[in-house]
Amino acid sequence: GPLSERRLMDVRLGELPAWLATCNFSPQGLLGGMQKAWSSYYDKYINVKRGGPAGITMLLAGYCILSYSWNYQHISKASFLGSV
Amino acid sequence: VLHSARPLHTTQQSLAPLPPLPEKGGEVRYGLIPEEFFQFLYPKTGVTGPYMLGTGLLLYLLSKEIYVINHETVAAACILSVIIYGVKKYGADVAAFADKLNEEKVAKALAVKNEAIKGLETAIEQEKKEQWRVEGRNYLFDAKRNNIAMLLEANYRERLLTVYNEVKKRLDYQVAMQNLKRQKEQDHMIQWVEKSVVQSITPQQQKESIAKCILDLKALSKSAQAAV
Repeated sequence: GPLSERRLMDVRLGELPAWLATCNFSPQGLLGGMQKAWSSYYDKYINVKRGGPAGITMLLAGYCILSYSWNYQHISKASFLGSV
Repeated sequence: VLHSARPLHTTQQSLAPLPPLPEKGGEVRYGLIPEEFFQFLYPKTGVTGPYMLGTGLLLYLLSKEIYVINHETVAAACILSVIIYGVKKYGADVAAFADKLNEEKVAKALAVKNEAIKGLETAIEQEKKEQWRVEGRNYLFDAKRNNIAMLLEANYRERLLTVYNEVKKRLDYQVAMQNLKRQKEQDHMIQWVEKSVVQSITPQQQKESIAKCILDLKALSKSAQAAV
């Protein structure tokens, strides 16, 4: 279909800048994009009849990685004597 | 304000019944990485591609100290091991329990739906019965019509009888009046005649009639004597 209506995973690498240009970067647009991303994740992994651990473990792993990246500066400065 | 000209339900789409939830979620390997990632790398690198990528990434992060190993790593490792052990051991039981809860919910909803359907079906049967009863209207109306006709007839006859009685009474009265008048006239006339006759008998005529009677009696006695 047309470029603006395709999801990110269906966009080829060469078309990425064009696709980014068609994106709506206003607050409503960003909010809508986040809403869509969350609802697609939710419908795929959590809102099912027999879900497994995958639904929340992926969220927790993402949270771990995100908080590690936020605290990276502080962690990397840890003194030698204090660790272990 | 309901605009009556606005059409309702123009499209086939409707919110009910909801499509059923998918049975299983998206495939995830090792609980962390979606299967799509492995499928994405399969054409170019085969089966071991993602694992190689993972190993290389891990070694890179460790060697460049992007992931530092400190006390938190040990804590994370212990927590992860406990969590994985717990999930592996009790996962099935928890899943069965959740499934049972779901089953109960669905069964309750289904029971409600069946009750509603049964209630509506009985309502339909009763409605049909009422419709069948409606066909008997004709007999009812015939009976009512007969009743009313009889009432009218009885009333008419009563009034007829009343009229007849009243007329007869009046005619009887007239007849009685006539009879009475004739009788009174008769009596009065007889009385008057008698009175006038008695009056007309003057003493002269009385004497003459008495003398005549005596003569007649004498003649009669003579003839009677002769007969005896």
